[in-house]
Amino acid sequence: MKKKDRSRLPMLAQTGPVSVWMVLFVTLPLLFIIYISFMSRGEFGGVVYEFSTESYRTILDPMYFTVVAKSFRVALTTTLLCLLFGYPLAYYIAKKPPEKASRLIMLLMIPFWTNGMMRLNAWMLFFQMNGPVNYVLTHLHIVEKPVMFLYTDWLVNIGLFTNMLPFAVLPMYSSIEKLQKSLLEASYDLGADRKKTFFRVTLPLTFPGIFSAIILTFIPALGTYTVTDMLGGGKVLYIGNIIKNQFGAIRNWPLGAALSVLLLVITALLIFLYSRFAGIEDLEVV
Amino acid sequence: MEKTGRRKKKGRALSVLADLYAIAMYTLFYIPVAVMIAFSFNDAKRNFSWEGFTTRWYGKLFSFSNTTLWDALVYSLVIAVLATLISTVVGVLGGIGLRKFEFRAKKFINMMIYVPIIVPEIVLAVAMLIIFITIGIRMGMGTILIGHCTFCIPYAVVTIKGRISGDNETLEEASMDLGANRVQTFFRVTIPSIMPGIMSAAFLSFTLSIDDVVMSNMLAGASQSTLPVLILSLNRTGLSGDVNALTTVMIAAMVAGLLLHRLIRRAAAAGRKRAEDGESAKG
Repeated sequence: MKKKDRSRLPMLAQTGPVSVWMVLFVTLPLLFIIYISFMSRGEFGGVVYEFSTESYRTILDPMYFTVVAKSFRVALTTTLLCLLFGYPLAYYIAKKPPEKASRLIMLLMIPFWTNGMMRLNAWMLFFQMNGPVNYVLTHLHIVEKPVMFLYTDWLVNIGLFTNMLPFAVLPMYSSIEKLQKSLLEASYDLGADRKKTFFRVTLPLTFPGIFSAIILTFIPALGTYTVTDMLGGGKVLYIGNIIKNQFGAIRNWPLGAALSVLLLVITALLIFLYSRFAGIEDLEVV
Repeated sequence: MEKTGRRKKKGRALSVLADLYAIAMYTLFYIPVAVMIAFSFNDAKRNFSWEGFTTRWYGKLFSFSNTTLWDALVYSLVIAVLATLISTVVGVLGGIGLRKFEFRAKKFINMMIYVPIIVPEIVLAVAMLIIFITIGIRMGMGTILIGHCTFCIPYAVVTIKGRISGDNETLEEASMDLGANRVQTFFRVTIPSIMPGIMSAAFLSFTLSIDDVVMSNMLAGASQSTLPVLILSLNRTGLSGDVNALTTVMIAAMVAGLLLHRLIRRAAAAGRKRAEDGESAKG
């Protein structure tokens, strides 16, 4: 008995802290937020502990539902753009010799060392009324008057796209890089041309990477509030902003909780789909 | 013959096209950085338009007159350093342990580790906020730190798990066979053998923490703002050039650190090679 306890000590020392941390600060808060989402809102904010599905009915209210639908549309656009532009870039990097490829990956990450808020601010400066883009457009007489880019869904899309692209490129890069050359050669030997090989061999075999990219761009894009706060000027509302507002001035905790649960459910659904054909641990996140 | 020639030409055209595409994409990534640096030299009170070149923002920055900015930076740095220390220790232990041991809740813990990585940060931040307020924990540096560690630890665990392979176990067994105990083996064999992984876990934790807005904003209460949160709130009134100057100095420091790291590594490798050559010459 004593011997068994001794052999458990290193295990406890190593897995104990992380397990306790995850249960305390991930599992419990998430269970609690699900619980709160089924409670009633207090008259002056906060929660009244009485069962109610009011928050979920509020989400279906047209006013909120349009916001949810718009957030979906923007997140979907971002994801599609990231796949469309990210896959060729990932392919390009993966076909370079290892030394060069790792340098290219490094170059991809360096902009992310600058403060994220400042990067968003820089996009605002770039597109503002007296900014470089409008200067060029008006001087080339493409437009008569400077264009108001700020606080539009369009600029929010640019911000999301440039913020998410590396997280789409990295998993796709590593799955293209892992692709065995012999398989491609076999495909050529068996008479397939470049196009056929790409669509019948490369693309299906790199699908786990593509799905990782979808998860790592779609979900954060759906839940963002900083990009929309900065580039949308707080005038364009998305799910993330509405959740945040429920814990600031507006204070409807159950509604904020219900919207958070909605995001959780969507995440769980995507992960479930992913787990059908790959292990969660194959998700390339770093 | 002619056909292969044409294909070669087509191949070359394609590769030029691919290069152009990559250059365009990288340009897109560096536009915000370039704009940020350019506007740190802008001679305007607020960055609404370009008014000519100046270095006065750097002068203002290093006269330390803007204490709000420096306070926020110091606060961010303190939190980032603490979060890095905690996350690296917990994450490295956890990464090794989750790889090595089998226990009943392992599958569940593995799943929980992926939650902060995948679920939108705002969800976890709000969930923590509610539970902290309900049990009456005061918001401040402690709660921000907990928030940061909660998303840094999973990244550290995943990084470490990726670096451990069968070789490590062989080395550990050899060490135990040679008479080292578990603790000695852990500190003198296991840890050194995954040092690169530990370094990248720490680096990742630091960058994630110093750049975080969502947790820092939601869990700060009425306390001091971190730098990113300060920038988010200043943005409404238009940022002045000293913020651009500060972030330019920060990225310059990061890039300099990276180059230095590479230089040292290269020098160390060259030194090792020379030593090896010397050995073999002697032999």
